[in-house]
Amino acid sequence: MSRALIHVPPRARAGEIIEIRTLVQHPMETGFRPLPEGGFVPRLILRRFECIYDGAVVFAAELHPAVAANPYIAFRLRATRSGGILFRWIDDQGAVREERAGIEVI
Amino acid sequence: MTSRRFSTALIAALIAAMTSAPASSEAGDGRRSGYLFMSPQTRAMQDDDMANPGMLTVLEGAELWSRPTGPAGRSCADCHGADGSGMRGVAARYPAFDVAEGKPVDLAGRIRKCSAEHLLIEPPAFESRPLLALMTFVAHKARGTRVTTGEDPRLSRGIETGRGLWRTRFGQLELSCAQCHDDNAGRRLGSAPIPEAHPTGYPIHRLEWQTVGSLQRRIRGCLTGVRAEPFPYGADELIALELFLMDRARGMPMETPGVRP
Amino acid sequence: MDFAALSRRRLIVTGLPALILGLSLRPAHAAPPPRTLTAMREFAGGVAPMNGRVLLDIPPLVENGNSVPLTVSVESPMTETDHVAEIALFSERNPLPDIARFRLGPRCGQAWVMTRIRLGDTQTIHALARMSDGSVRAASAELLVTLPACIEG
Repeated sequence: MSRALIHVPPRARAGEIIEIRTLVQHPMETGFRPLPEGGFVPRLILRRFECIYDGAVVFAAELHPAVAANPYIAFRLRATRSGGILFRWIDDQGAVREERAGIEVI
Repeated sequence: MTSRRFSTALIAALIAAMTSAPASSEAGDGRRSGYLFMSPQTRAMQDDDMANPGMLTVLEGAELWSRPTGPAGRSCADCHGADGSGMRGVAARYPAFDVAEGKPVDLAGRIRKCSAEHLLIEPPAFESRPLLALMTFVAHKARGTRVTTGEDPRLSRGIETGRGLWRTRFGQLELSCAQCHDDNAGRRLGSAPIPEAHPTGYPIHRLEWQTVGSLQRRIRGCLTGVRAEPFPYGADELIALELFLMDRARGMPMETPGVRP
Repeated sequence: MDFAALSRRRLIVTGLPALILGLSLRPAHAAPPPRTLTAMREFAGGVAPMNGRVLLDIPPLVENGNSVPLTVSVESPMTETDHVAEIALFSERNPLPDIARFRLGPRCGQAWVMTRIRLGDTQTIHALARMSDGSVRAASAELLVTLPACIEG
């Protein structure tokens, strides 16, 4: 199983814009890498990333082979409500990896 | 071709990027970590644990560290502590002298021996993901610790062997390590700066590899670069070179997991 | 009307949108290659992108194309009625023109994304942002990708 590092500020004021940083372990095999014996290493990339917070997908990304190995995605969110933030990555074969972080909104 | 389109401002920016280095770039004695030869962007990647891909390997190592394995169901944590705190600073004195073998052993070798003798498992293969994960986990416990490798007098013979190899011309290009990394350190080979080859960040996440790799992999890459047949993983020659380099970096702080281009 | 004149006129008519798109994106330089242009036009959905409001921050000199950090931000109040809906990144010289697309909304508070991409070669990168009203903004950046001197293998 791959690993992920998530940075979410533990606490924020309501309405404050916070920065979320995510780093997930994945080779992002492009499908363009030649094998020594001929042919190519089959493509296997994370295709989609989503962030679910306070009842909705608030940020999502569609990734292509040009995204670097171990995808790093940072973005901003408006803190609205205390609770969990769910992060989800989906690969070419539909495998899903999820990670959760909590935030306290004061 | 494409570069002809580049504006004067861009070229000025490139020159600035190539020449800028922080005021703290030199250690007191003038030795400089490869970190200081990198672009500000690559340095930033190493500096921020949330951006450093090597930290994912540290996490992977932490999982393996406490996972029971083998017929006895033992884990590294059973002997060395659940959080690996017993490993604090240890990597900064490797390669170390192994009494049973009567020769220096590096971190990879120690973990492999430990796996066979105490976990009673087939040792993880050289440069395999689990071995690199454990090495990175352990070496990360030494981050910030100053290198002391070579203080043990029993290592002096190994260091001299390493020094000899360092100065030996290898391959069809007939180049020694020293010709690049001593005589021409700080200059450029193509567009890339030639670093002083201090191994303080290993295992490193190398952008070229897109993964974490060991110092042995790096040295083997250099040997291939001068068109020599590289020594096999685990060879005494590679361990001697590692030992020589760590002794040469004595007093410099460990950076694991380093990021390098 | 002879055949040559007809085909020339058809060429002018069909070529015009591409020309406009190319000019509006990169007033000072040649148009992007056709497949990049096609991908960008598909994203823009028939709207001509305008320059401005998009900031593409990427180092001009790249040490290794395997991992190039970039930040893209768009000036926007990010309200229900006026926000950035999607940001897309395009390459001119990678094997595929698409790099990544980011879907945003008012709950982001700010249109700001940072990621790391692969660049196979020295090239120009484009960032397009589609606003909630359907208009499209664009920015581009040129970078020089150098290679490590010692490549293994």
